[in-house]
Amino acid sequence: MFENLPLFPEQASEQAAQVDALFFFLVAVSAFFAILIAMMVAVFAVKFHRRRQDEVGDAIHGSIPLELFWTFIPLGITMVMFVWGAWLFFHLTRAPKGAMEVYVVGKQWMWKVEHMDGQREINELHVPVGRPVKLIMGSEDVIHSFFIPAFRVKADVIPGRYNTMWFTANAPGRYHIFCTQYCGTKHAAMIGWVTAMEPAGYQAWRSGGGATGGPVENGAKLFQDLACNTCHKEDGSGRGPVLKGLFGKEVQLSSGQTITVDEAYVRESILNPQAKVAAGFQPIMPTFQGLVSEEQVLQLIAYVKSLSGEGSAAPGTSATQAPSPAGGAQPPAPPAKKSGMN
Amino acid sequence: MDTITTAPTLNYLNSAHGLASWLLTRDHKRIALLYLVSVTAFFAIGGFFAMMIRLELVTPAADFVQPDTYNKLFTMHGVIMVFFFLIPSIPAVLGNFMLPIMVGAKDLAFPRINLLSWYIYVLGGLFTLTAAVTGGVDTGWTFYAPYSTASSNSHVIMAGVGVFITGFSSILTGLNFIVTVHRMRAPGLTWFRLPLFVWSHYATSLIMILGTPVIAITVLLVAVERGLHLGIFDPALGGDPILFQHLFWFYSHPAVYIMILPAMGVTSEIVQAFARKNIFGYAFVAFSSLAIAIIGFLVWGHHLFVSGQSTYAGLIFSILSFLVAIPSAVKVFNWTATIYKGAVSWDSPMLYAFGFVGLFTIGGLTGLFLASMGLDVHVHDTYFIIAHFHYVMVGGAIMGYLGGLHYWWPKITGRMYPEGWAKFAALTVFVGFNLTFFPQFIVGYLGMPRRYAMYAPEFQVYNVMSSAGASILAVGYVIPLIYFIWSLKYAPLAGKDPWGAKGLEWEIPSPPPTENFAVTPIVTERTHQYAPSREVGIA
Repeated sequence: MFENLPLFPEQASEQAAQVDALFFFLVAVSAFFAILIAMMVAVFAVKFHRRRQDEVGDAIHGSIPLELFWTFIPLGITMVMFVWGAWLFFHLTRAPKGAMEVYVVGKQWMWKVEHMDGQREINELHVPVGRPVKLIMGSEDVIHSFFIPAFRVKADVIPGRYNTMWFTANAPGRYHIFCTQYCGTKHAAMIGWVTAMEPAGYQAWRSGGGATGGPVENGAKLFQDLACNTCHKEDGSGRGPVLKGLFGKEVQLSSGQTITVDEAYVRESILNPQAKVAAGFQPIMPTFQGLVSEEQVLQLIAYVKSLSGEGSAAPGTSATQAPSPAGGAQPPAPPAKKSGMN
Repeated sequence: MDTITTAPTLNYLNSAHGLASWLLTRDHKRIALLYLVSVTAFFAIGGFFAMMIRLELVTPAADFVQPDTYNKLFTMHGVIMVFFFLIPSIPAVLGNFMLPIMVGAKDLAFPRINLLSWYIYVLGGLFTLTAAVTGGVDTGWTFYAPYSTASSNSHVIMAGVGVFITGFSSILTGLNFIVTVHRMRAPGLTWFRLPLFVWSHYATSLIMILGTPVIAITVLLVAVERGLHLGIFDPALGGDPILFQHLFWFYSHPAVYIMILPAMGVTSEIVQAFARKNIFGYAFVAFSSLAIAIIGFLVWGHHLFVSGQSTYAGLIFSILSFLVAIPSAVKVFNWTATIYKGAVSWDSPMLYAFGFVGLFTIGGLTGLFLASMGLDVHVHDTYFIIAHFHYVMVGGAIMGYLGGLHYWWPKITGRMYPEGWAKFAALTVFVGFNLTFFPQFIVGYLGMPRRYAMYAPEFQVYNVMSSAGASILAVGYVIPLIYFIWSLKYAPLAGKDPWGAKGLEWEIPSPPPTENFAVTPIVTERTHQYAPSREVGIA
């Protein structure tokens, strides 16, 4: 009968065992103290049960050594929990270099997934086992949260900014995706499946068609269609900054501050260009708010990142990027159209 | 004893008659009863929503109610239980009644303001109930933006105005308590002779005064953004949705301590009275209340670990969240030590106190799981959280409230209640509670998210357990309602001190006269001094 009463979720990522280890430590400590206190209360209540109507207890006023004892022992134990939990959090939130990037957009009420080689999925996410996967996530409307219980990872998906999470699946199978931040009527239906596949199977799935150009290629095309390239010229003769090699660098702003060019800054510069103008340039860029969808912003970001060799893709994919080291020896690229780069 | 018929003397219940004598009263005891009736009504409404939720969750599909209805059910359950039951319950009922008596005063410092705070509470309640019956709210009690400001089609502003208004009732009650404790203590009642119930209410009042304005501002900003499209939280209007979460939890995490601190105060009183023994480590128990109130203001960011909040901010919030657990642990150890070498009776209030200690311990310990950043990532927004805060709020705050109601019922009404039924109800609540909420820890760790009208089939077993437990719990709550009402007319008279407890409230008649004390009492020692003190040797 116990297969109907699972006590712990399956472990399907390298992170899962690490999270469970801390969980078991806390369960052990909690069980020890809960049982200790329950036993003491029960034993005292029985042993010192009132036998005569007029019986009274001893006048004991306290004990400083005891107070210090039960202040500092719990303090010490909780500090172990703090350090362990903080260490684990750093590990869970810092994706390793070279992780395979996947873009995820949440909207009421579905998950849209776009792989670097152009595969798109809805409420499904296919990943290979044994390889770190980093999700870069944004929302089109309200706050959502992307949760894969079997991997023990979760991050809120927030409009107006990008949150990331990463995992390394280590057991092939299909696992739940749940939205855990309440987002309206069909919140409970904003669910899906992660399919973790052996690398060979993953390659077969990846080349299974349906790819319509990766986000880098789509971004490159948008870059032309929106005429971004008329100002952001490669040779520096345009009215806007050269974007090649810019991502990840620190730039000086006209306000005198410096900022690191990350996803959020690129996004802001597209949607609200006047907010943080790079030093030496006029605030003349028009806003693209309302002209580009959340997915298109992600594609433009992917393209800008590719100009700096950033953003590790699925193996051998984009037109503008050398194959990433991790995927260099992988089978051929999917039948993606080469976009015309200028 | 049957020769005693009705209390011959005038008391606060029979000194005036008619509806107006209640609705215009300035007597803190009558106002406490007005609150008792109204919070009980809200508890019944909130409980009804809870039963609807549990009925829906018996099966994985959304078949009993539609998802939209379900979303409104859990929202109204949360809003009503948090703002209209848990926050006012112990302070406005038991605190209102007992705090002036415990400090030896005739009333609170501002009797008219006390009555005003009840009217404000009722007005806020009417707004929220109007929102409920005209279509409901579906944002969750947390009102997260931008869902609440830009997406929800429900009565957000109406419900928000209800919460906004009710907040002032809380502020005024806190203000009244603080001034009363500072200015109206009887001669000889020094700070370190105050009953621990008063200390815990003092700490609670600090939170009410300092925290409540922030939730008022926050819901007002939601209304402004929703109604006037002023960009505050919604990024589409240039706002910041994380700002909302900071503002909301700046109040709403301390609000948890508004709920639990008074229950801790009740437990301190009950443990001493029924073990016939003064508290172990008085100063540590008293100051731990203040420590919880102060540190409790600095932990709100642990609700934002997965929101993308700065990791370094997260570190600070994590370590402070662990620190706030320590004073709670100190209290639990001191209560346990108080029972040691006591003369322990197992009367129903003590059963509730035992239940409180056990359930609050579990609620507190599971809080450590959430303070731990790496572990919170997995359990955040799952049923693990639901189980944790129900252990604190239902297992802790409501057990404390019921324990206090049983302990002081003879004082409030002048009559006992059927002890056998009371023991049975206490046991029923304990069993029903654990059956309802313990399975939720497991299903939460398995990954079941909160606020799901539909769920994966593998979670069903635990949900059926929860729903079964909830029906037992409901029975456990209905039994006291019946025998308390019955006792008003039929139960034996209590006399002034039926428990053999010590404290100013047990030195005056039951029910107390309107002015509480015929002569202002002079206090020479702490309450609950049962045995001659060994050190000093005076009685």
